[in-house]
Amino acid sequence: MITLNINKKTYNVDVDPNTPLLWVLRDTLGLVGTKYGCGIAQCGACTIHLDGNAVRSCVMPVSAVGSKKVTTIEGLSEKGEHPVQKAWLEHDVAQCGYCQSGQIMSVAVLLRENKAPTDADIDAAMSGNICRCGTYLRVRSAIHAAAELQRKKA
Amino acid sequence: MTQQKSSINRRAFLKSSTLAGGGLMISFSWLSAFKPADKGIPADLPEQWAELSSYIKITPEGIVKILNPNPEFGQNVMTSLPMIVAEELDADWTKVVVEMGPHDNVKLGPQFTGGSNSVRMYWRPLRQAGAAARSMLLQAAADTWKVPVEELTAKAGVIVHPKSMKSGKYGEFATKAASIPIPKDVKLKDVKTFNIVRNSMKNVEGQKIVTGKPLFGLDYRVDGMLIAMIEHPPAFGMKLKSFDASEALKMPGITNVFQQKLYEDGFEQGGFDTRSFNELLVVVGKTTWQVMQARKKLKLEWEPAGETKDTMGGRGSKREVVVPGELESTDVQLKKMQEYATKPAQQLRKDGDPETAFKNAAQIIERTYNAPFLAHNCMEPMNFFAHVTDEKALVAGPLQAPGWSEPTLAKLLGLPADKIEIQMTRMGGGFGRRAYGQYLYEAALISKKLKSPVKLVYSREDDMTYGIYRPMYTATYRAALDANKNLIAFHVKGGGIPEHAIHANRFPAGAVDNYLAEGWQIPSNITIGAFRAPRSNFNAAAEQSFLDELAEAMGKDPIDFRLELLQRAKESPVGKNNEYDVDRYASVLKLVKEKSGWGKEENKKYSRGVAAYFCHASYAAHVVDIVMKEGQPYVERVFSAVDCGIVVNPDAATNMVQGAVVDGIGNAFYGGLTHKDGAVEQNNFHSYRIIRMNEAPKKIEVHFVENDIDPTGLGEPPFPPVFGAVANALYKAAGKRVYQQPYNSQLNTPRAF
Repeated sequence: MITLNINKKTYNVDVDPNTPLLWVLRDTLGLVGTKYGCGIAQCGACTIHLDGNAVRSCVMPVSAVGSKKVTTIEGLSEKGEHPVQKAWLEHDVAQCGYCQSGQIMSVAVLLRENKAPTDADIDAAMSGNICRCGTYLRVRSAIHAAAELQRKKA
Repeated sequence: MTQQKSSINRRAFLKSSTLAGGGLMISFSWLSAFKPADKGIPADLPEQWAELSSYIKITPEGIVKILNPNPEFGQNVMTSLPMIVAEELDADWTKVVVEMGPHDNVKLGPQFTGGSNSVRMYWRPLRQAGAAARSMLLQAAADTWKVPVEELTAKAGVIVHPKSMKSGKYGEFATKAASIPIPKDVKLKDVKTFNIVRNSMKNVEGQKIVTGKPLFGLDYRVDGMLIAMIEHPPAFGMKLKSFDASEALKMPGITNVFQQKLYEDGFEQGGFDTRSFNELLVVVGKTTWQVMQARKKLKLEWEPAGETKDTMGGRGSKREVVVPGELESTDVQLKKMQEYATKPAQQLRKDGDPETAFKNAAQIIERTYNAPFLAHNCMEPMNFFAHVTDEKALVAGPLQAPGWSEPTLAKLLGLPADKIEIQMTRMGGGFGRRAYGQYLYEAALISKKLKSPVKLVYSREDDMTYGIYRPMYTATYRAALDANKNLIAFHVKGGGIPEHAIHANRFPAGAVDNYLAEGWQIPSNITIGAFRAPRSNFNAAAEQSFLDELAEAMGKDPIDFRLELLQRAKESPVGKNNEYDVDRYASVLKLVKEKSGWGKEENKKYSRGVAAYFCHASYAAHVVDIVMKEGQPYVERVFSAVDCGIVVNPDAATNMVQGAVVDGIGNAFYGGLTHKDGAVEQNNFHSYRIIRMNEAPKKIEVHFVENDIDPTGLGEPPFPPVFGAVANALYKAAGKRVYQQPYNSQLNTPRAF
């Protein structure tokens, strides 16, 4: 049995310790908001927070999670009202939407560390998240908008 | 026409819809379980829906439910198609909830996502559906108030009788309206009076997307569901010789390993039944990870499949197609294409006397363009859920053309179509790939064999190496100029593996006196399929690059040159069957010229390229601005002009054009799939490069030509000309023309800069 703290809840799972966290989330726990895209940490669709750091869950063995706190897109906010989520809706970023939870999880960490990211900061932080529909322009403008929302809130 | 309140009514409804039309209509899909409505409407939706038509249901409280008929793969039809209904219905958009419709071609139309057709083909039917329901509601109010229906008006879900000052909401009349027969040929609105269509509305699934709700096929789960994966041959032209699964079967969670044939010998395939491999080795287990691990323990032997035969059916004609057995390599493919290019080819169109014109030319310009296979790389890999029993089948997943897959599925399962329920999940991208239902068939056959609910999952590697690619193309363009540098003849000879890309009746056909278009193709065992604007996406790269070079040779501005040709095609068109509308083509060029500040001093710092193209009944032009960033050419900004007729949802349409531009830049610079002895050399995103945030433009300004033409396509048309515009801008940046995609491979040679 492995004990996990996910979105402020405790789960006990009986899985092979080498199983990537992604598949524990998706197959064992039914938290399917975290997406499978490549399985080799190249696309960022599986991005989650581990003790507040953006991590690719597809290459993170569940045994390595330990007592660290896992946050998935389902737990990013109570009602989808995180500044990043709000900015995403305001800018209607998504096309197919598949990569967006990974994008949002990456951005949430960026904006916690950097209250006013420049375009270059965004390039550096977000180049690990592929969007096949090509919504990068709106991802960028929504990040600037989310930063603004966050500043107003603070 | 029925009031759905209790389960009894629902059964009656199911029965009647079965009688009505072949396909069994289930009105509540699994997706509805996840549909607490957006926009502040309470999650516990009322149960009592009055059904005004197959698209529209209304509660006594006035909540309007509109079924989206067409599969959603990011083109935003979940929002735009219901907007069309709501417009003619005069609904209050804030009171509209949208639900994905069931698969029912009788009640909900063709239900096909592809060919930039969604809005085009549903424009009239959905307007009619909305207008008919509005008319029924007005009639119900007139009957209730006992006033002439002509004296009533409706706006935002409220009916008013000005004379008596009576007013009431749609919900009050919905039940009564549902008993009125659906009128035909109701007068539609003047498009100038629209107040929902042509206004930007937010994606109705936005909230679900940003909160990670289960929307996609890969998210589908039921109790007791098994996970299946398929081990396909490591190369095109190979097949399984033998396997030993003893170690794999000992792995935790693994329940079955077995061989499964997809099509029996002589099975008549429809046009979208393409499959790369027929002998499937299936591994089944409890979780995806367990199955992935077990696959590594399989002991597999492969052997050359040799030449095989496919039986193609459909449209009343049955024919045998020979599939070559060669293990193909990219260098050999390129050599073969060079050989074929010198052989006589099929004539596709001829105007005037091109042979003589070329003989008499003062100058001939000849250029050859090549492009590789491309993988669609939808972010959500292929997958499908299936639960097949002896009596019926339920399948759910990402699929662009359920109506095309259903007959094949019925044949494969031995079930009548009305015992097959296809649920359309939101798709994590499609780009044409999901018009081919082979992964659905695989899932269904696996479920049938196991007698269990199963989700078939492709890994990224499975997905990328499976086939159904954009073909490999080449084309040689020739232009003849007279001594005064006038264009007197134009010749295109295109080829491809396994098909060529030539659209013989498109621009500049019709604008040149002497014109010849020819095509040839080389058979292959590498399977192909539609890829965002099939054929067009190569033509626009090659032809638009060539026109740029031609304009330069003639000493003309590239936009002026195109406009001159179009003017010629308008005044005295050459030949017959010219597919494009000259004025609409010219309008996007003029618009992009104006909006990009073409030729203006302040833009001289950019290396600029322009291109335009017509496809899917729409017109698009781009001006691409390149700067050098860290020693590499970078598309910093793009100006786009598009004529797709009436734009239903402008902000979402802008998003789609911006996405097409990014997709085009990415594929132009980086896209490419190569083969070595039949094996695909790229199998994941470390080796198949997809454009990323730092490589995407900072600005893409989209302008639509404003007119009142019924909508034409939008998903595909902006994509093809991006390739040409990028190539032409690269020439300005590098001083060197690029002829081989991906362009990046041409740039990083020492001679490029």
